[in-house]
Amino acid sequence: MTVDISNLNNILLDVLKELGNIGAGNAATALSQIINNKVDMNVPQVRLLNFSEVDGILGGPENPVVGIYFGMEGDAVGNIMFILDLESAKNLVELLFDKKKESSELNELEISALSEIGNILASSYINSLSQLTSLKLKTSVPAITIDMAGAILSVPAIQFSYVSDKVLFIETEFIEENKYISGNLFLIPDIDSFEIILNSLGVV
Amino acid sequence: MQSLKVGMADLNTIKNNGTLVTLGLGSCVGIAIFDRKNKIAGLAHIMLPSSLEIKNNSNKAKFADSGIELLISKMEFIGANKHNMVAKLAGGAQMFKFNSKADVLKIGERNVLASKSKLDELGIKIIAEDTGGNFGRTIEFRSSDGSLLIKTIGYGKKTI
Repeated sequence: MTVDISNLNNILLDVLKELGNIGAGNAATALSQIINNKVDMNVPQVRLLNFSEVDGILGGPENPVVGIYFGMEGDAVGNIMFILDLESAKNLVELLFDKKKESSELNELEISALSEIGNILASSYINSLSQLTSLKLKTSVPAITIDMAGAILSVPAIQFSYVSDKVLFIETEFIEENKYISGNLFLIPDIDSFEIILNSLGVV
Repeated sequence: MQSLKVGMADLNTIKNNGTLVTLGLGSCVGIAIFDRKNKIAGLAHIMLPSSLEIKNNSNKAKFADSGIELLISKMEFIGANKHNMVAKLAGGAQMFKFNSKADVLKIGERNVLASKSKLDELGIKIIAEDTGGNFGRTIEFRSSDGSLLIKTIGYGKKTI
């Protein structure tokens, strides 16, 4: 059976949502241990968007955000992206380095620390996904950039554009309440890998 | 002044002193075509180089080759003439630096090359471009003079 992502039934959508839930749950625990604060997460959203709608998320296409991008490799391939708005990135850096920052400009060390946080989140996400599906999965080294949300989102959107006129994201929002840290984690499997993942769970 | 937004895998045309805008262009390419005589502007926001490589190619505006053709015919429909047309290109960035061979990450560069070769094939001269790099761009294309304003975060602002 070929999975048509623009025409997923409710059962498949629920399965994807649950995958996001478990993966992100582990990632949230990891984050909370690092910053020694409680981290909440929202129920993951499975978003199926037209290309024209993609740039409406994350505060609009010109909103500057920090994007940390990973390749997912192994039995299923795709990408994982962790996105933070600048205010959240600044607050997270303050927590990590235990100091007050005057501006939201990030130096090299701080960018590297954020990228490591992304790495830990992505790895815990992938590990739980791997346990659940019995697939061998790992992440590549992170690549990080600070730029307009629309430009960053064009990267996963283009990957989908090879096979579809829609983009499918599994999105989870993390919230640290004392200091406002809100980040979005996107799991973006390649189209063939959707099928591999769903197959491994016995749902297609 | 009328201002129209052009989203991903989309295109639009305008005349009578209007502006076509694309926000947050990354690895996609903005192809701006201008009829100098009739003051008609067209902007396409393409995502992939070639409609011939892909099975699912019903959305013509998604590809450099079919997008340019469609854009020109839409411009001609509102009174433009191909002989007066010139083009400007923006975008085609590589947003993330990877040590990977993955083709998908060089897609920006491939999009630029495909756009150039299609315009060349149709005999439309490229008079300016701001492509490549590793940063996003917002572009505003004016039909009054064919100027293309490019805004970035941290890489300045310019008109080409």
